[in-house]
Formats: sequence, structure tokens, C-alpha cells
Amino acid sequence: MEIQSCVTILNEWDIVAARQLGRNVAKELGFGTVDQARITTAISELARNIYLYAGQGQLCIDRLNEQGKTGLRIIAVDEGPGIPDIRKVMEDGFSTSGGLGAGLPGVRRLMDDFNIDSNPGEGTDIRATKWLR
Amino acid sequence: MRIPILKLKDCLLVSIQWELDDQTALQFQEDLLKKIHETNARGVVIDITSIDFIDSFIAKVLGDVINMSRLMGAKVVITGIQPAVAITLVELGIRLDDVMTALDLEKGLEKLQQELGD
Repeated sequence: MEIQSCVTILNEWDIVAARQLGRNVAKELGFGTVDQARITTAISELARNIYLYAGQGQLCIDRLNEQGKTGLRIIAVDEGPGIPDIRKVMEDGFSTSGGLGAGLPGVRRLMDDFNIDSNPGEGTDIRATKWLR
Repeated sequence: MRIPILKLKDCLLVSIQWELDDQTALQFQEDLLKKIHETNARGVVIDITSIDFIDSFIAKVLGDVINMSRLMGAKVVITGIQPAVAITLVELGIRLDDVMTALDLEKGLEKLQQELGD
């Protein structure tokens, strides 16, 4: 079962809207304050990546219910330049923007599941899930 | 909306009460440095008790304004970092090295007085 809500990311105000959406869904699903902060921060990082690197894209929040487990999945999709070397951006400390983002390794640590799909010239699709414990 | 900056003797007090967007954060950086210059403040306490998350952008703006204030001769203490904020900052991989912190505003002011030697 999935119920999805999305925010189109075009400017920095949309980053605020995306994290407000995520925080509300996290609260509604029953996540505690620490997980709410993790989810909100992860959304903020992913939405900012879209804004900085792709210019525009979509950030969606899925409410998951799989085999009795409740979860929140963040889906960040853009049709930007894509990531040529995924292994490199998953290394701590790698940045092409002069140290602005803590980057994807940080987001992976904040969430339980993390998956990235990217093709140069086609865009990037990142999915990250937090499960309710 | 601008973040109010209050003067108390030779210190400045800031309490960030709502979620920071990029513009507000950058405006605050500029406003604080101007206020330090105008008032000859020697110390600043920034209280973030009401902030429930900090992403890498806000962390960078805060870290930068602390370094900028130091260049101008003012010491900055950050107070009221919530447990959830401390956890996510560390997990995210953000280090705020060399940043003075204290549990709350009161302890922050005490720490600043010690640092300033009065």
C-alpha cells in the first residue's frame, strides 16, 4: 500500500515545502522526534541537491505499509546532468559544490535503506526509506 | 522575516525561534556582523532551542558566521542544541569543531563571561 505526496523543486522555498511535507508525514506515521529530525534533514539534503545540481525535479514522500511494517520513503527524481561516478559521490567528503552539502553518504546514514540510480545526461533517482520501529 | 538581535552589555543575544530558510539564514549572517560592528560587541550567544533540525546548509551558515565573528574579534557560543539535532548532525557527518556550545542560554552567558575574562 502506498500513498504518495509530491513537491516540485524549482527554488529554495520548495526545499522548505518539501521538508515540511516530510515532517508532517513522519509525525502522522508515528515517528519519534529523532527520526523526524533524520527524515527532515535527509529531505532537505536531497531537495537541495536537486535545486543545486539539476535545477528542477520532484521530491515525493511515500507512506509504506509492507508486511505489517510502516515506513516512509523519500523519492528524489530529476532529469538533470546525472552522476557520472556514483561510487565517488558515495565517499565521505566528496563534493563538487565547494563543501555545501554533507552529501549522499550522510543521507544514507540518516535513513535505513538507500538506493541511487543515475545516468549521465538522463538524470538521477534516489530512494531512501526509514522504517518505524 | 529577520531574526532579532538584542544587545546586553557587551554581548549580543540571538534566539532563533523558527525554521530557517536560506534567505533568512544569509540575512542573519549579514545582520549579526553589522550589529557586532555597530555595538563593538565582544561576545554573542546564539540560542537554537526551538530548532528541531539542522541540515548541511544551515550548519555551514552557522559555522561561517562564527568564523566571521571571530575575525571581527567577537566570540560566539551556540546554546540549546536539541538531542535530535545533535544526533542528526553527527550522523550526517557535519563537524562543528572549535565551536563553543552550552546546554542553555544561562550556561552560554556564563561561558562567554569566562572566555571574555570578566
